[in-house]
Amino acid sequence: MKKSLCAALLLSMTLALAGCAGQADTTAETETTEDSTAAETTEETAETEESTDTEAAAEETAPAEVMTHEEYMAADVDTQVTVESYVQATQSWWDDNGQGKITVYAQSEDGAYFFYELACSEEDAAKLTPGTKIRVTGYKSEWSGEIEIMDGTFEFVDDGEEFIAEPLDVTEMLGTDELINHQNELASFTGLTVEPAAEGSDAAFLYSYDGSGSDGDDLYFNASYNGQTYTFTVESYLCDNTTDVYNAVEALEVGQTIDMQGFLYWYEGVNPHITMVTVAE
Amino acid sequence: MRKPGKGIAALLGVLCLGLLSGCHGQREQAAFTVPESFDASRDYEITFWAKNDTNINQTEIYKQAIADFQELYPNITVNLRLYTDYGDIYNDVITNISTGTTPNVCITYPDHIATYMTGENVVVPLDGLFADEKYGLGGSELLFDGPKQEEIVQQFLEECSIGGYYYAVPYMRSTEACYINKTYVEALGYTLPETLTWDFIWEVSEAAAEKNADGTYKLNGGDVMIPFIYKSTDNMMIQMLKQQGAGYSTETGDIQIFNDTTEEILYTAAEHTESGAFSTFKISGYPANFLNAGQCVFAIDSTAGATWMGSDAPLVDIAEEALVDFEIEVMEIPQYDPENPQMISQGPSICIFNKEDPQEVLASWLFTQYLLSNEVQIAYAQTEGYVPVTTKAQNSEEYQDYLSRAGEDDDTYYEVKIKASQILLDHMDDTFTTPVFNGSTSLRDAAGQLIEEVVKSVRRKETVDDAYMENLYAEVQALYRLNEYGGPAEGKVDLGPLPGTAKALLGALAAAWVLILLYLAVSSRSRRRKL
Repeated sequence: MKKSLCAALLLSMTLALAGCAGQADTTAETETTEDSTAAETTEETAETEESTDTEAAAEETAPAEVMTHEEYMAADVDTQVTVESYVQATQSWWDDNGQGKITVYAQSEDGAYFFYELACSEEDAAKLTPGTKIRVTGYKSEWSGEIEIMDGTFEFVDDGEEFIAEPLDVTEMLGTDELINHQNELASFTGLTVEPAAEGSDAAFLYSYDGSGSDGDDLYFNASYNGQTYTFTVESYLCDNTTDVYNAVEALEVGQTIDMQGFLYWYEGVNPHITMVTVAE
Repeated sequence: MRKPGKGIAALLGVLCLGLLSGCHGQREQAAFTVPESFDASRDYEITFWAKNDTNINQTEIYKQAIADFQELYPNITVNLRLYTDYGDIYNDVITNISTGTTPNVCITYPDHIATYMTGENVVVPLDGLFADEKYGLGGSELLFDGPKQEEIVQQFLEECSIGGYYYAVPYMRSTEACYINKTYVEALGYTLPETLTWDFIWEVSEAAAEKNADGTYKLNGGDVMIPFIYKSTDNMMIQMLKQQGAGYSTETGDIQIFNDTTEEILYTAAEHTESGAFSTFKISGYPANFLNAGQCVFAIDSTAGATWMGSDAPLVDIAEEALVDFEIEVMEIPQYDPENPQMISQGPSICIFNKEDPQEVLASWLFTQYLLSNEVQIAYAQTEGYVPVTTKAQNSEEYQDYLSRAGEDDDTYYEVKIKASQILLDHMDDTFTTPVFNGSTSLRDAAGQLIEEVVKSVRRKETVDDAYMENLYAEVQALYRLNEYGGPAEGKVDLGPLPGTAKALLGALAAAWVLILLYLAVSSRSRRRKL
């Protein structure tokens, strides 16, 4: 719908330009048409020689062998990979130079994935609801410790299967090397104590990592377990300031005992993207 | 610390505004004229959209500046909205232009102003305000000691001139610097030259990329080593072209970037990517993190990123146990001709958006000027490797004392930070900026994208040859719509009388655009990653 809307608007603009005296109307029409096409196809064509249109990509791409999670993890960085998994959550869809993009947290029975900025129309983004099965082809990458697929395209796999991950309680794994084996999985943390967000402060959270942000930015907060303090994040592209978790973290007080759920994202170490916080009674 | 892109909302905004400004008959905001006097009997509420480098010290300085200003002008309330990314400000401004809800005062890049100016009387030209006897620069009625026009570094001020008029004032200036693990350079048997050259960087980087038989790197014995990482590949391309005298764009917006020198630069990047000697922030991560972990030899980033660089850096993003001790050196970026060094001048500027009430604009101007006072300039410059934009601040005893105390501690007087500032102070005559026109932001994005694409392709074992280059040029040109732009932002061509049918159509379109832009703005974002 969005693309047709844009096309209509661009056409309208063309007509308006044609109405302006002294303009080369045929040139304007031609350029507009060419550009609307380029907007839909250019970037992905440059990188993968596939169409950026999600469904077209699915049709044009030769069937690739779908990897298991184990095979995916064993693959070299920068190699093309194809995996199937189930959407658990998405960051907000956005438009980058006419190229729709969405970042997806996905998980299967055998492991989890982070699909960074998949090419995606806005219509398809709306269909990426939790449990939806998708097949993703892109390049395995590592960015500051986070293993992900970037420059990816996807197609829906309509085989009637759905999967919603149950959170794995990783509280006892905090601070251990074992935790990275569960990178990107939906995880839970139980019985942690809210600590000051910054040394010498009573605040339980910060806007941005050092408090330099404002309402609407990522939230950072600290919580401890067994005497060790860990940092958690409410990623605003995943849970913005209208969500329950964002508001719950803004209401936290130092000393409270909390349970949490979130995805085990990585940035120079574990950096959980928290999606739910409850204060223990 | 991320580079901006542009969403479709921004694009449509540009097209829409360009359309509206190019034709007659639209509802226009009256041009601003400086009032005779400032009406202090009234209350004013102005908004200030400020950008910080995700640095709490900077936000504190903004807040302190507002508090101090409001003490002087109790009838002016300044509401601060904080951003950490220029691209987000740009997109939000574009959206708010269409709804008439722009901020009063806004941190910006001149490139962005060129786009804002495609709307009629959206951005206030400042020449009249500069010269106003009472409220202008150094004016008699100011309640603070602001700079005179001649006390603003002329070169920085000129960067804010578009089409012969000033549409902004500089706020802070920085350039790029090369942060070097000197320990590694010397371990490889090299000595840092007086001026870095590209040949030196590539040669040492190749040596640093050598591996042992077991696949570990000879230099650090580890599994990870990216000898040379560039943070902003748009700057990389722009500076490499400039240093070689190759085309980028003309002053009037003719695109020249798709030339043979660009291709040579891309082949060079490809060659050193293939050997593992080179990568970029977008592909591998923050240069500072690799440098501080002993996994990088040369990290090029803004001087405004200096507080993140080095074993003793005040700001660190990696685990303490991952930090390594090394001797750090900070130098100007590599050059092709060491005798004639050239480096980019960058950093935030401030523009004022026009409002129906000239008194409100005057209040905005008073606050803008206050941001140029020594109190704000010196304090903010000390937060990073910035340089104050006024000679009044630069030559002040307080700032000179600050510079002289480099290395006294690892906080305010962090040596790397002050050395980074000193690079710009020593090379002010060697800096340059790129031409500003409607579309210059896209061209800048395209410049970086060329390098990013080549690096990615090489890492993915794709063939990078002449056919690849030809295709890349075509794709990038189309992606960034570089055929559409050009012409100075201020150039409003008289198109002659507008036909009645077009007037009617435009009226309907204008209303539609407002709704569409609002709709699109909800999902429009610009940053790749944020941390």
